[in-house]
Amino acid sequence: MSVIVRDDGFHPEDWDGPITDLAPDTDPAALPALADGTGLIRIAFPAFSDGRGFTLARRLRAAGFAGRLRAAGHVLADQYAMARRSGFDEVEIPADLAARQPADQWQARADWGRHDYRARLKG
Amino acid sequence: MYNYSDFDEAFVRARVAQFRGQVERRLDGSLSEEEFRPLRLMNGLYLQLHAYMLRVAIPYGTLRSDQMRQLAMIADRWDKGYGHFTTRQNIQFNWPKLTDVPDILGALADVQMHAIQTSGNCIRNVTADHFAGAAADEVADPRPVAELIRQWSTDHAEFQFLPRKFKIAITGAAADRAVIRAHDIGLQIVREGDQIGYRVLVGGGLGRTPLIGQVIRAFLPKADLLPYLEAIVATYNLLGRRDNKYKARIKITVFENGIEAFRAATEAEFARIRPEFTGVDQDILAGIEAQFAPPAFRNTDPAPFAAALAVDPLLRAWAERSLAPHKRDNHAIVTVSLKAHGATPGDATSDQMRVLADLADRYGYGELRISHEQNVILPHVAKADLPNVHAELLRAGLATANVGLLSDIIACPGMDYCALATARSIPVAQGLATHFKAIGLEDEIGKLKIKISGCINACGHHHVGHIGILGLDRAGVENYQITLGGDGSEQAAIGERAGPGFAYDEVIPAIERLLRAYLALRQSRGESFIDAYRRLGPAPFKAALYPQEARDAA
Repeated sequence: MSVIVRDDGFHPEDWDGPITDLAPDTDPAALPALADGTGLIRIAFPAFSDGRGFTLARRLRAAGFAGRLRAAGHVLADQYAMARRSGFDEVEIPADLAARQPADQWQARADWGRHDYRARLKG
Repeated sequence: MYNYSDFDEAFVRARVAQFRGQVERRLDGSLSEEEFRPLRLMNGLYLQLHAYMLRVAIPYGTLRSDQMRQLAMIADRWDKGYGHFTTRQNIQFNWPKLTDVPDILGALADVQMHAIQTSGNCIRNVTADHFAGAAADEVADPRPVAELIRQWSTDHAEFQFLPRKFKIAITGAAADRAVIRAHDIGLQIVREGDQIGYRVLVGGGLGRTPLIGQVIRAFLPKADLLPYLEAIVATYNLLGRRDNKYKARIKITVFENGIEAFRAATEAEFARIRPEFTGVDQDILAGIEAQFAPPAFRNTDPAPFAAALAVDPLLRAWAERSLAPHKRDNHAIVTVSLKAHGATPGDATSDQMRVLADLADRYGYGELRISHEQNVILPHVAKADLPNVHAELLRAGLATANVGLLSDIIACPGMDYCALATARSIPVAQGLATHFKAIGLEDEIGKLKIKISGCINACGHHHVGHIGILGLDRAGVENYQITLGGDGSEQAAIGERAGPGFAYDEVIPAIERLLRAYLALRQSRGESFIDAYRRLGPAPFKAALYPQEARDAA
């Protein structure tokens, strides 16, 4: 069972609509066509060290995607702020990771909107 | 000089608290060693051969005297009483304990310093011309924009897990003292009419595949900088290779895709990102620029310096090597050599740090710089004060008159400290320095840049040394390859390998043969080694390095 992480902590899966899955090596040229959707787009993080998903998320948002955006896989609590700032709404993690990094470790970064240099410089 | 805003202060304090938590979570098992690794790296903490090593950023090479004193305090309290200044304007402490590191980061934050992004696959400490703000030849001081880039790149959500590390260097002068052509992105401030902008290079780098950066934009308007940098790095983040760490740097991305394709992708991304930036960054930059206003230069008569020069040969020899032209006629830029013959290049003891801080306060408006060549700079010294500065440096053992000479060697830590090293670097540098001093040829040889790396990763910049020395491991035995003709300046060139490598104890005799050949071949004392090499090509120098082969061929 995976766990869905949001600013207010852990949740069980609560999405029952269709899901569009994107791999980290998705051709960015394909993103504008996906941006009109209103469903859930889930971007895979096969390894926490693979940061492509952050750029894909930011570009989807820049292209106008207004649906739900989820980072799924090996994402660390320490990366929660990065995921949220890049445009993700939530993170989906496997149960063993949720056990090792419980909700309080994720909620420690629920203040992701603070101390954000890039947001301050962009205006 | 830049003072932290409330935002900066709150950020670094929060970051220290986060790292303290990460250390605790590593110890309680919440974070695996594999997961902790990039988190400690992006806070400057490496695991080296014998111990942890903490790499502290000296942003764009600029230090205040109180910051230098704090580095001395850290060296005494948590390390072994010394630090090592690096080729990327950082200082490394070689012996910290993991559990002390959060306190060290707190002590750094007390003086507006940090170790953020001095390692890891993220945008590293932005380096700049160490003469910035003082050099007679600069178009503009690059430090304000370096600070702007520091802020933008710090904890940038999208760019903390890039394919590989990412280094940016900036200069405000045509003379390249920041090796911008060997960086992932190199920036040069240029003027076009009455407009200030940037010449942007991309894809330079040393390591196992040395490449000189290529121009991606000849003139980028000032206000476009951050979105343009963001476009380059975002393009690289998606396009860069992640299947092989040795092919993951942007230089390979640019090389494999070609500069035209990379430029097209970057420009398309720039067009998408540019509207997101409202121009607030330029207001913030203007505020930063105001903080870098030059100090109130004293208007003293330089005549006493000229008088002292006439009667003091030691001062004359030191001044000839150590001074560079300042934008004010009655001031000079002083480079303090950390390359005493036989010492470890770039090391400074806590006592030396305090002497330098005191000198900066007394004679240098409280300012210091660290150069990528691993020396310390007093950027603004009134010429009238130079005799006193020299006398005090002499007393402290810091008046070595070898800046720009053979013994002013860049050397990586090598096998003495580094987990990646395949050979020793420091003893080779020490041996060369003491040997040529002993045989009295250093001054005769004149300007020369020798750079030594203890492995293929090239932290010692050997590719851009006039003479480069690369230490390798050949079946368990150290072996040193020599490259010739490299240059890290605006005439950037990658040195060419001269031939088979040399055993450890053959290196110094080989360099001596090479330099005796140069002395015999040069047209005059004014023709430096690199100039003679460019005029004559490699053949006569190779013949000197490999006399047996030359005889066999004859």
